[in-house]
Amino acid sequence: MNELAIKDLLYKLADDQLILGHRNSEWTGFGPILEEDIAFSSMAQDKIGHSLAFYTLLQELGEADPDTVAFTRNANQFHNNQLVELPNGEYDFSLIRHFLYDNAEIIRFEMLSQSSYEPIAKVATKLKGEVKYHVLHANTWIKNLGSSTEEAILRLQSSLNEALPYALAMFENSKYEQELIDAGVYSGEDAVKAEWLKRIQTVIEKTDLKLPDLATIEPKFGGRYGKHTEHLQPLLDEMAEVFKIDPTAEW
Amino acid sequence: MLTKENILALLEEVKDPEIPVLSLVDLGVITGVEVSDNDHVTVNMTPTFAGCPAMDYMKKDVERTLEKHGISNYTVSMTFDSPWDSNKLSEKGRQHLKEFGLAPPPKYDLILDLDILEHVKCPYCDSDNTDMRTPFGPTLCRSMHYCNNCKQMFEQFKPL
Repeated sequence: MNELAIKDLLYKLADDQLILGHRNSEWTGFGPILEEDIAFSSMAQDKIGHSLAFYTLLQELGEADPDTVAFTRNANQFHNNQLVELPNGEYDFSLIRHFLYDNAEIIRFEMLSQSSYEPIAKVATKLKGEVKYHVLHANTWIKNLGSSTEEAILRLQSSLNEALPYALAMFENSKYEQELIDAGVYSGEDAVKAEWLKRIQTVIEKTDLKLPDLATIEPKFGGRYGKHTEHLQPLLDEMAEVFKIDPTAEW
Repeated sequence: MLTKENILALLEEVKDPEIPVLSLVDLGVITGVEVSDNDHVTVNMTPTFAGCPAMDYMKKDVERTLEKHGISNYTVSMTFDSPWDSNKLSEKGRQHLKEFGLAPPPKYDLILDLDILEHVKCPYCDSDNTDMRTPFGPTLCRSMHYCNNCKQMFEQFKPL
């Protein structure tokens, strides 16, 4: 198997989880109700744990150690999609992003748990059980709030419209896409996207929300290869603040 | 001479730092113990949750316990080789959890849905008349529930 292709895949998985983990952690102390504060904080902890598992696999392939990789790169060296780096906005936006993202991530993990590349298969087998809780959480709230008050429905619809161009770019193909598919690593991003669409439609149909015609939306590609919004670098600066003062600090 | 059984017996002493009645062996995070011909001890562990901050502590605790018993030739590694799921909790471990006031996870087919989280048996009064308040709790491995019978909140060690 081409090691560059595997690294490319691992970086994108790890960076997505790290950046969304950080954004989720920004809800700690600010959640609209206590349970949601705890939910976003717990998901933050899970996702940062997931990024560690993938960065550890990268280290085994010769990359730098996880802390160095997480804390010392600049925005243009990150492979996350732009959806996860957008600011939290209000709760409706964070919830929509969480719904769109985690429904895609669990499909990737399900596929990767069957991967021909054994180290990824083992990690994905473990993580898909954890992400299941994130998906349950997102789907439950979208169903509840998406068919509740006029204000809730309007807010969620507007956040959905705003997030979709970014969400569609989650499936930006790797430059090694065909190679990964041919080697049986997983079925590739187009297959993830097709399954994702089915799953989010099933949930949205149970609400008063409407999924816009996706053919009319231009995806915001580029995140997988270092093209980011103005929001990523300030996030990284904040995340690495302690590390940059003292890389050997234990906390 | 050291045997696998000796080591497992020693590891009974090591408890989950957040649930001090539960040994790591009963928790199911010790996935393998081997003793080689030259008495090198290998202990393999796997995390309950990938982001659990207690795992590093547990690993160090295993190392401390081995040293306390005079074993200095060892390797303790944390791997995903046999990933943890909640069915790996032993019967004894489940009983200890219940006595501690944490509802043990149900044994299940590893297909998680809301139904199995909805009516968890209350660890205090054994009623099934309970509701899930949130699948996330004070630690990654716990969910929060309310018992309509004895009218109190309780936590569950959640199924994974």
